[in-house]
Amino acid sequence: MSKILIVAEHANGKLNAGVAKVVAAAQKIGGEIDVAVFATDGSAVAAEAAKLAGVSKVLQADNAANDHALAVVLTSQIVELASKGYSHVLVPGTTFGKDLAPRVAAKLGVPQVSDVMAVHSASSFDRPTYAGNAITTVEAPAGTIVATVRLASFNAVAAGNGASVEKVSVAASASANTKFVSLQAAKADRPDLQSAARVVSGGRALGSSENFSIIYKLADKIGAGVGASRAAVDSGYVPNDMQVGQTGKIIAPELYFAIGISGAIQHLAGIKDARTIVAINKDPEAPIFEVADFGLVGDLFQVVPELEGKL
Amino acid sequence: MKVLVSVKRVVDYNVRIQIKPDGSGVVTDGVKHSMNPFDEIAMEEAVRQKEKGKVTEIIAVTLGGAKNEETLRTALAFGADRAIHVKEEGEIQPLTAARALAALVKKEGAQVLFTGKQAIDDDANQTGQMTAALLDLPQATFASKVELDAGKATVTREIDAGLETLEVTLPAVITTDLRLNEPRYLKLPDIMKAKKKPIETVSFADLGVQPAPGLKTVKTAPPPSRSKGIMVKTVDELVSALKAKGLV
Ligand SMILES: Cc1cc2nc3c(=O)[nH]c(=O)nc-3n(C[C@H](O)[C@H](O)[C@H](O)COP(=O)(O)OP(=O)(O)OC[C@H]3O[C@@H](n4cnc5c(N)ncnc54)[C@H](O)[C@@H]3O)c2cc1C
Ligand SMILES: Cc1cc2nc3c(=O)[nH]c(=O)nc-3n(C[C@H](O)[C@H](O)[C@H](O)COP(=O)(O)OP(=O)(O)OC[C@H]3O[C@@H](n4cnc5c(N)ncnc54)[C@H](O)[C@@H]3O)c2cc1C
Repeated sequence: MSKILIVAEHANGKLNAGVAKVVAAAQKIGGEIDVAVFATDGSAVAAEAAKLAGVSKVLQADNAANDHALAVVLTSQIVELASKGYSHVLVPGTTFGKDLAPRVAAKLGVPQVSDVMAVHSASSFDRPTYAGNAITTVEAPAGTIVATVRLASFNAVAAGNGASVEKVSVAASASANTKFVSLQAAKADRPDLQSAARVVSGGRALGSSENFSIIYKLADKIGAGVGASRAAVDSGYVPNDMQVGQTGKIIAPELYFAIGISGAIQHLAGIKDARTIVAINKDPEAPIFEVADFGLVGDLFQVVPELEGKL
Repeated sequence: MKVLVSVKRVVDYNVRIQIKPDGSGVVTDGVKHSMNPFDEIAMEEAVRQKEKGKVTEIIAVTLGGAKNEETLRTALAFGADRAIHVKEEGEIQPLTAARALAALVKKEGAQVLFTGKQAIDDDANQTGQMTAALLDLPQATFASKVELDAGKATVTREIDAGLETLEVTLPAVITTDLRLNEPRYLKLPDIMKAKKKPIETVSFADLGVQPAPGLKTVKTAPPPSRSKGIMVKTVDELVSALKAKGLV
């Protein structure tokens, strides 16, 4: 039977919403599911993780060295825990998980599975390649299976469980070679892009960061998160953490608005799992219309304010 | 300071991917290939650091078959001083690539290994981190700004929460993100000059590298396709369509 270790991502004493989706992926594998929390004081995060349906127990590893979730510091601790009979180590497919998982896998001498989007068996998974244009089924060899989970592919498990929380002591020390300097945090006054039910994204067509306000207005009207194409980020209209796509965030909202976005394959890679896509573009030939559930040809500077007014 | 840059040959990002009818993979024969865009960014960064006087020698490395020489010539045109071709036919997975890159970082005494954050074919996002792990070196992934100084690098990283800055001691592995720089257009004289620069060819055996256990690809399939939706003519039509579906 599988014994699965999930590494909890967290910040500011809160469990990342993606962890509940990783638990869902773990349930598809089946077996015992433990969640490890590495923090300076992980009590609050561990208590949240213990509520997730399907979790057997939560391992709380408190250490001052865990202040900033550095891959160099976490890797040896995960390897130590993993050696206690775990068949799988799963992490969310976020920048946290992508930074960490390959390091853990290399230390364990095993390959790593990136972006698990479906589980066929304890060792066989689907994963996207070529910006999601080719879905590859892979079979992992014998040994610990280390994988990141594509969050857009799984529905979060419910809360309401009461798993036990165990304090564990694993060797950890501050890194001599890596020092955290600063975090310039994104403002969090809107729903989080990766878990929002509705997302409004703007592209190069917005033309400036001032003009982007019409995107924010529409988003605020319907309680949506805000995203952007790479072109909008590169042009400096919005910060990097808003990029949606192959090399940005991969999202699966109920409702997605692509406004002044052409629909390059790299952008589409980030929204393939959106339930409903609405495209607004002045070019009737724009590729975004090939994937949109509802398309409207028009000038966004007229259409979007009108739409905002009528919703 | 010597730096190593890994450059991978991939299907060009503009190509519309076709899956082989037997599900054995993606059609790559007769398809345009180019340097992985993230590796172009890595090359550009190395060259800019050299122009700033921080770097003295740039060595480009590729792993793969004979056609990868093209990718190395591109790297040399960017401004690599010399190139190493780890010539192996067949699939090279990240852990194996990392073993070879680790051997070369050691052999060359490189202070920085620049890799792309991900290759746009397999989208694995692993090789840099794995190389750092094998060498017990610090890693700074998804870099959008790099400052090199004696013995250390200050790197700003694009992470989900915003921009994180780390200071790592050298040697270190740095993986590049999109906003680090905009790679230059290569000029004909540079492309000509590149033809004369040296390329050394080595094998895994020469480097003492054993291929690592890997993932087996069972099959490759196209993603479920989205069916084309409907075009609405007015905002009112759009609003009623969304309301009808209970979306707003
Ligand atoms: C390695 C690599 C990785 C990449 N990763 C990503 C990624 O993660 N995410 C991503 O988004 N892109 C990514 N890209 C870039 C991608 O290829 C496109 O360049 C990008 O998505 C284009 O952004 P855009 O649609 O906003 O701009 P454009 O392609 O310039 O499209 C602008 C659109 O706006 C329309 N328009 C103009 N004016 C108006 C108006 N007044 N009203 C209505 N419509 C108007 C135009 O008709 C056009 O369709 C990547 C590229 C590479 C090479
Ligand atoms: C069905 C299938 C068949 C395949 N067949 C082949 C094949 O015949 N031959 C083949 O070469 N690959 C083949 N591949 C691709 C191979 O599996 C991937 O290249 C490998 O898994 C590495 O993933 P990645 O490049 O996405 O690594 P990432 O970790 O995303 O790469 C990150 C960075 O590491 C560096 N890097 C990685 N690999 C190399 C390299 N080879 N040379 C230089 N730098 C590198 C680059 O700087 C790159 O930007 C195949 C993949 C599939 C799915």
